[in-house]
Amino acid sequence: MAVLIVADHTNAALGEATAKTVAAAHKLGGDIDILVAGQGAKAAADAAAKLAGVRKVLLAESDALGHHLAEAVTDTVVSLAGSYDAILIPATSAGKNYAPRIAAKLDVNQITDVIEVVSADTFVRPIYAGNALETVQSSDAKKVITVRPTAFKPVADGGSAPVETVVATAAAGREAGFVGEEVVKSDRPELAGAKIVVSGGRAMGSADEFHRVIEPLADKLGAAVGASRAAVDAGYAPNDYQVGQTGKVVAPDLYIAVGISGAIQHLAGMKDSKVIVAINKDADAPIFQVADYGIVGDYKTIVPELMAALG
Amino acid sequence: MKVLVPVKRVIDYNVKVRVKPDQTGVDLANVKMSMNPFDEIATEEAVRLKENGVATEVIAVSIGPVQAQETIRTALAMGADRGILIQTDVDVEPLAVAKLLKAVVAEESPDLIVMGKQAIDGDNNAVGQMLAALLDWPQATFASKIEVSGDKASVTREIDGGLQTLEVSLPAVITVDLRLNEPRYASLPNIMKAKKKEIAMKTPADYGVDVASKLKVLKVTEPPKRSAGVKVDNAADLVAKLKSEAGVL
Repeated sequence: MAVLIVADHTNAALGEATAKTVAAAHKLGGDIDILVAGQGAKAAADAAAKLAGVRKVLLAESDALGHHLAEAVTDTVVSLAGSYDAILIPATSAGKNYAPRIAAKLDVNQITDVIEVVSADTFVRPIYAGNALETVQSSDAKKVITVRPTAFKPVADGGSAPVETVVATAAAGREAGFVGEEVVKSDRPELAGAKIVVSGGRAMGSADEFHRVIEPLADKLGAAVGASRAAVDAGYAPNDYQVGQTGKVVAPDLYIAVGISGAIQHLAGMKDSKVIVAINKDADAPIFQVADYGIVGDYKTIVPELMAALG
Repeated sequence: MKVLVPVKRVIDYNVKVRVKPDQTGVDLANVKMSMNPFDEIATEEAVRLKENGVATEVIAVSIGPVQAQETIRTALAMGADRGILIQTDVDVEPLAVAKLLKAVVAEESPDLIVMGKQAIDGDNNAVGQMLAALLDWPQATFASKIEVSGDKASVTREIDGGLQTLEVSLPAVITVDLRLNEPRYASLPNIMKAKKKEIAMKTPADYGVDVASKLKVLKVTEPPKRSAGVKVDNAADLVAKLKSEAGVL
């Protein structure tokens, strides 16, 4: 058994999702190699080489790989795939982009968003935004698997694997061209990976109120800002804040829902959070059925008190 | 320019999903079904391309049971020109869906395929990328902005922490994300008009694609239930509990 992990990285740094995917790979067993496909990505490769239990790190570099373009990553991974039984890819936005392309080129189904490795061929994955869990068995000789990072604890450092340079295969067909990138300059953490998320709902009543109430609380906690679909539909918060079945699925250590009733489609996006706090004036709101701690009351008085209590 | 929009009939996003007691799947009997929300966004974008004079024809294609005609009718009422239903009662896996769509592309020769980034039932987020791979076309996934000019499309896409802009030469596959647009509601006159539009009925066998499952589903279970916790009286108590009991602050 040999496993190839396609690393999540920014060239300059290795994403934490990679160490979590190594943890999933350990459950599969066998030799684990990590491919860092990038440009100027030696730092990321060196970081990958330090992860515990890695046999070797493969570094492939080209401009297209530096931008994680799906066509180039796919052709590079496929050129290496011959010596591996499983290809594991963290289900980050970059991984989700190229993993299915790799699977199709290898003529296998992708096993998507694995949250548990039952055995070398059997996996658990969420469907219906986590409202059901599917246990699937694959008979494919070569498996392409994406791993949900929030479901695995990262492996520690402590390894010293060799880093080998491999050829970056140029995309064979027409490929997308990179034009530009705009990384949002926010002091807040990114919603999908944040340790704490503060979300506001329709009770905010206006975009101004959303800014006034939710954002300062989030900043005090070093949290990301989220919103319910109702708040987004009403125009109180931008669409990329949306937590829920049709938005982002989050699983932070602490999720604070302010003025959110807890519609099914919202719960689907946050119910795997470690600790859930709900603030709502309706004691019968469904959000309280999943909350670890609830305060029944008007957010207009509770949130300022919370700000004060946090010091 | 011809645009192909694949649309899927799925359980409505507001319905509470129930796992069958025998753990064979999710109960879909007497449950409200709708067009996959991401496919609505894709349909809206394709129709806007037509309204802006960029696209000349929008074709909606669905793979599913006979009732998926309703999903195609929804797309037709939003402004698509005609539909194709590849009728099957099998829950077709993403790779086979991509192979069927590739066969449709061979017949229809579209210049652009716009589709939802994922269906909210299987949550695979795979068909668009797989289709692009099988066709050897460029792909631009998770689009929040699409501008087509000539034989190129500029696509702004959502990546972790920001936005990336790609230029793809057509034909290409673009999958769409939530921020792209706000899908319209079909007006009653357009719903009436849609009834007269053509839906071609096909089967997977017509395209020579085997749709039998490759991935064996051993069981479908409910996720661990969260139980309701405690009500606390005030914010100070909450902060104390988050620090001492929960250890998250």
